[in-house]
Amino acid sequence: MEFEPKIIAFVCNWCTYAAADLAGTSRIQYPPNIRLIRLMCSSAVDPIYIMKSILNGADGVLIGGCHPGDCHYQNGNYKARRRVTILKSILTSIGVPEERIWLRWISASEGKKFADTVTDMVGRLREMGPSPFKSMWEI
Amino acid sequence: MSSENEQNGIKTQSIPITINRKKLQVPPGETILNAAKGAEIDIPTLCHNSALSPYGACRICLVEIIEGGKPGLVAACHYKAREGLVIETDTPAVRKTRRMMMELLLARNPESQTLKDLAKQLEVSESRIRRNEHDDCILCGLCVRMCRERMGQNVLSFAFRGDKRTVSPAFDRTSPVCIGCGACEFICPTNAIFPKDICQKPLVPILSDFEAGLGKRPVVNILYPQAVPNVPTIDKERCLHLTSDACGICETVCQAEAISFNQKAEMRELDVGAVILCPGFEVFDAAIRSEYGFGIYDNVVTSRQFERILSASGPSQGEIIRPSDGKQPKKIAFISCVGSRDQTCGNLYCSSVCCMYSTKEALIAKEHQSDIEPTIFYMDMRAFGKGFERYFEGARDRHGIRYERCLASRVMERQRTKNLLIRYRNEAGRFLEEEFDLVVLAVGITPSPQAKSMAKMFGVELNAHGFCRKVSFSPTETTAPGIFVSGAFGDPKDIPETVIEASAAAAQASELLASKRGTLTTEKTYPDENPFMVEEPRVGVFVCRCGRNIGGVVDVPAVVEYVRDLPHVVFADESLYTCSQDALEKIKSDIQTHNLTRVVVASCTPTTHASLFRDTIREAGLNPYLFEMASIREHVSWVHMNQPQEATKKAKHVVTMAVSKASLLQPIRINSFDINKDGLVLGAGLAGMTSALSLAEQGFNVHLVEKTENLGGHLAHIRFAIDGKDPGEYLNSLVKGVEENERITVYSGTDVKEVSGYLGNYKSLLKKSDEENDIEIRHGIIILATGAKEYQPREYLYGQNNMVMTQTELEESLSRDGGAGLRDVVMIQCVGSRDEEHSYCSRICCSQAVKNALKIKELNPEANVTVLYRDIRTYGTKEEYYLKARKSGVLFVRYEPENKPVVTETGGRLQVEVRDLVLGKNVRFAPDCVVLSTGIYGDNEHLSQLLKLPLTEDGFFMEAHAKIRPLDFTAEGVFLAGLAHSPRTMEEAVAQAKGAAIRAVTILSKDRILAKAEIPVVNAKWCSGCGNCIAACPYDARKINPETETADVIEVLCQACGACSVACHSGVSEQKGFEKRKIMAQIDSALTE
Repeated sequence: MEFEPKIIAFVCNWCTYAAADLAGTSRIQYPPNIRLIRLMCSSAVDPIYIMKSILNGADGVLIGGCHPGDCHYQNGNYKARRRVTILKSILTSIGVPEERIWLRWISASEGKKFADTVTDMVGRLREMGPSPFKSMWEI
Repeated sequence: MSSENEQNGIKTQSIPITINRKKLQVPPGETILNAAKGAEIDIPTLCHNSALSPYGACRICLVEIIEGGKPGLVAACHYKAREGLVIETDTPAVRKTRRMMMELLLARNPESQTLKDLAKQLEVSESRIRRNEHDDCILCGLCVRMCRERMGQNVLSFAFRGDKRTVSPAFDRTSPVCIGCGACEFICPTNAIFPKDICQKPLVPILSDFEAGLGKRPVVNILYPQAVPNVPTIDKERCLHLTSDACGICETVCQAEAISFNQKAEMRELDVGAVILCPGFEVFDAAIRSEYGFGIYDNVVTSRQFERILSASGPSQGEIIRPSDGKQPKKIAFISCVGSRDQTCGNLYCSSVCCMYSTKEALIAKEHQSDIEPTIFYMDMRAFGKGFERYFEGARDRHGIRYERCLASRVMERQRTKNLLIRYRNEAGRFLEEEFDLVVLAVGITPSPQAKSMAKMFGVELNAHGFCRKVSFSPTETTAPGIFVSGAFGDPKDIPETVIEASAAAAQASELLASKRGTLTTEKTYPDENPFMVEEPRVGVFVCRCGRNIGGVVDVPAVVEYVRDLPHVVFADESLYTCSQDALEKIKSDIQTHNLTRVVVASCTPTTHASLFRDTIREAGLNPYLFEMASIREHVSWVHMNQPQEATKKAKHVVTMAVSKASLLQPIRINSFDINKDGLVLGAGLAGMTSALSLAEQGFNVHLVEKTENLGGHLAHIRFAIDGKDPGEYLNSLVKGVEENERITVYSGTDVKEVSGYLGNYKSLLKKSDEENDIEIRHGIIILATGAKEYQPREYLYGQNNMVMTQTELEESLSRDGGAGLRDVVMIQCVGSRDEEHSYCSRICCSQAVKNALKIKELNPEANVTVLYRDIRTYGTKEEYYLKARKSGVLFVRYEPENKPVVTETGGRLQVEVRDLVLGKNVRFAPDCVVLSTGIYGDNEHLSQLLKLPLTEDGFFMEAHAKIRPLDFTAEGVFLAGLAHSPRTMEEAVAQAKGAAIRAVTILSKDRILAKAEIPVVNAKWCSGCGNCIAACPYDARKINPETETADVIEVLCQACGACSVACHSGVSEQKGFEKRKIMAQIDSALTE
């Protein structure tokens, strides 16, 4: 059976969650490999959530926020950007390639962009194969 | 053994049948298919449609009769139930025959997605039968039945026999009977029928208004994505049922039975005390300017259409393509002032917005596709709004957008390439031609015909342009008392001004109706929250079918079965529409019956429905935050429509995640705070006094603080208005109003020394210049109307020669002695604006220059007035005065910022030399007087620090959002009006002032103010007081408690973003509702198989 990557997405309530809703109302189809966790702002994504997802066997993590300058809370997305940048360097050092962590700005009107992002990410993760941490835990 | 049921008092017979060993009671004559559907037994179909009579063509719905009839295979869609019938739907014979049928169907159209999906479901991978090249049609007869039964046209029928059988109109010719409704195309499962081959008449698609005619829409549609309410409407002009009694399919297929063709427009009488008219505007019909070829050439579009082309949710989903060939254009031309500033079509006003939206559209186009080369053809660049000049300069200098100052005279199409040739005359007077791939016409704003009839109905006068006529300094006042106006019906305006006016109109209505505030509202009452319900998590899960929206893809019973076994779940059920009234009642009774303490609804999206379900569980005595929602429609069934198995699996997962979070939920109690109902207004100029009066009229006490000894600010220096109103008289009435109003306490010659507290509860110390002691006042809000300063020129010999003066000084002299003896006047624009030190436009100086020029001409028609300008920015209806000035002989000469005019003095005579760009030569003037149109600058550093409020790069205060919150600060409780915001005209300042007042009243009118629910809490025991949370908070809602040295949350200011809890390095801060263990639980269950 073909490898089906598992993606956890942490999305902000105002932009990317709404974009996922819009993809739905527009009936834009994308692969069912993603699980959304709604937070109020991308700045509320604790790096520990991303670590936990990877350690628990997620093949990829998507963090979705409002476009720069459009944050509902003024500058939360910039905080998310700083944190994710730092976290990526840490994860790389423990053997998780940074391509498994995607930070994307997807506004409430970009239903198609949300669907395209998921489709692209699933495709890319399929190419990369399962996360090394998946097998590490299966002792 | 038939039984009798009593339904609505009528006795109906029902008969027993058995399907898949399940005993059912069904009405006699019911088809097997419908009986099975009622019992949740899935039978695949293709040619069946509940709106049409059964036909039995595709044979996919075959089932096997075991007993009670002739044994064998029959089509479930039209075989009728009879007593004692025993049916099996999934026997080897059924499966084998269905697969055979599927192969036969696939042979006719192997490309069809519908067939491929069905084949996958029936486990058929490919057809062994040779492809029928003759026809894509699978002869299911849906189109024939649709046309005959629903549309009543009978255009289509089957023709020929055997392998030549086909669907066609009579004699295989296009039919004169066909009405071109497109229903056949709509219902065809294989996309094998095309109305253009059937209909003799030309087919006219219904174009979507929202997509500006670039996309099609059905008759039943949601008008636009943001429509409120977000429900479909039936276009009654085009609905075939309403116009010709045909069709009516929507009524048949809507499971919620929400379609009613009998609805009629109702007349209702409302008793109101004030009316606000905001009918908006219409976009200029670009076809009127036929020389630009709109409607003739494919690749000439309006700016509104281009906006849709750019939009991510537009017809091309954000891809920039041109209409003629769907290719990406490279060279795009924008032509400004189409239908604005245009005497030929009678629109003598400026539409105020087109320069900037052209710039914006050009920039976005370039953002989408960096090799696009936009050119904007314009007359004057009117970037007069706050921050607009910077935006325009950035577009021109950094983003490579080309601006060509000219009047485009016509557009012609190149026949082969469909490219467009623009003929224009540049500033030097040369005629040029240039080729573009796409032309965007920046169409202007016009008053709508409906607005005109509305104005007539309300007895409101219109001005010469057809916009609402205004006579007072308040731009929201009409000529009829008690009737107010806001938005572009007043005159053309941008979003921030529209939002400001909306607030201002609301303030005016509120001033009239203050005594009646709250008299028509009733408060909803709830039962007490059940304190025992918080202990043990007993989760109830309600899974919604949403008709077929979820139920048609996701196996809802399987999801219900699955969640029943999850930890803490004590109850799970499904419903057809969970948001329907009866389903909500059932949730409430299930909470009582099963003693539920947490509720999960798996349905649509929390964005639209969480509040409804929260309210429902609150009515049942549960805390509303013991609720979690799983989105299995928007995030599952609608986006995985062709993968029912995967969708069901995902739905189970998504509900599990919600349950795992729900079982950890704790009640949230929202705190509320007292409000001090007094207001503080800083600055007693035009804006400050207007705000103070409006607040007082609305019933609130006001402290009005003015730094100087006099009330009035800049208004005191304005001697006359461009439209003939008397500012002096207005000032006197304002000052009198303020001084006589009992609710207003004026503190003149007073400074603010200190402001502490926050929204609802401020304490300020005032220092009067002649008094020792500070005055302490308490107030709930602050309106900042501290104004700005006039630029004091250092250039053009100002201060060295008495005959070099500012516009304000000229105005003074004109009103004092009629500008005695002024025969030759040169005015220089943009002094202290749009230069290196001030990269913004001061907005009012062009109108001021025109006003004073007209005054000079009025006093002495022989006088020569020359205005040296860069762009004349007489926006909106002020354009008519610019025209008037030109007609009365005022000379306008443009200069470039690189070649500023040079003012010299020889022998006491002034001389002005400037390079005339039309003549290409330097010209000299020897005026009696040089008038400098000086800009406005903000002097707000001190206040900005005192009140901790942000400033823009240009030194004006920065509002919460430039477009949609122009009067608020991000710090709640503080509002902004007048020149402290940005340069404004008097009318605009009045609108801001009134708007700021009603914004403040939204707080002051409440008895208590509620904090947000999902705010952070701090475990003070472990807080180290490091201050990370303070740095993370954009709202100043975090502070260190000086006594405990730990972090506090100022609940009333917190906006609940959650950033501080992530910033907390010791993990002692948690956001309610999003505590870390809840998110961790969600992650855990998301990754568990």
